[in-house]
Amino acid sequence: MASSIRVRATANGGTTEVQALIQHPMDTGLVKDAQGQLIPAHFIQQLSFEHGGKTVFLADWGPAVAKDPYLKFSFKGAAKGDELKIGWTDNKGASDSTTARIG
Amino acid sequence: MTFLSGRSLATRRLVLQGIGSVALIGFAPALAAANDPYPEDAFKQKSDTDAIKALYGRPHEGSDKVKLDAPEIAENGAVVPVAVTTSLSDVTSISFFVSENPNALAASYRIPEGTVPAVANRLKMAKTCNVTAIVESGGKLYSASKEVKVTVGGCGG
Repeated sequence: MASSIRVRATANGGTTEVQALIQHPMDTGLVKDAQGQLIPAHFIQQLSFEHGGKTVFLADWGPAVAKDPYLKFSFKGAAKGDELKIGWTDNKGASDSTTARIG
Repeated sequence: MTFLSGRSLATRRLVLQGIGSVALIGFAPALAAANDPYPEDAFKQKSDTDAIKALYGRPHEGSDKVKLDAPEIAENGAVVPVAVTTSLSDVTSISFFVSENPNALAASYRIPEGTVPAVANRLKMAKTCNVTAIVESGGKLYSASKEVKVTVGGCGG
């Protein structure tokens, strides 16, 4: 299965800009489906970015983060060709991770 | 468990160890996060005041050094682009609160040393209300708020 995580990380003058797009329903648990049944809450709770064994960014999310979440941040200390590890876990215990190469 | 003989206890322990290591491999991405527990309680609070109290437990003050970038009018409350930048130094976290959502805390980001104190994301908004960003810098809390008008709420039907 293709990864749920799409990442673009670009190093520019010592700062690496990271953009991530994750496929996830981010259901709040408050919305009803076509049959009038509540769709149970299903959302990513934690998302982490690691570079060189160190966490460079950690997100704690609630269900108010939009469906298929998008995130942008920057960090210092990485070079082109380095690896960036990205992983998430959701409230149902599911998780996914991927490794991106900084370009 | 007194009826178990010594031998079966040992086997049991082996099996348990086996399960333990499998679980560790399976949840490797979650392991890093385990050091920084998910602030479950803060995400359950209804109002932004309570959520800020649960997450930080300290008062915050408005600051023009916190720049909150959010649209004046959001046509679709399900996807509202919100971003924060700050000129404050020594930033350790940035959090977003949407005052009229069922639970005010939307997202909280831990900013380790070496990471630029700026983040852009997309939030859901139930209706027109204030979006507040809180930046934790040097142990103090600085905030910026902006009212975003929502024409279609982000809570589905």
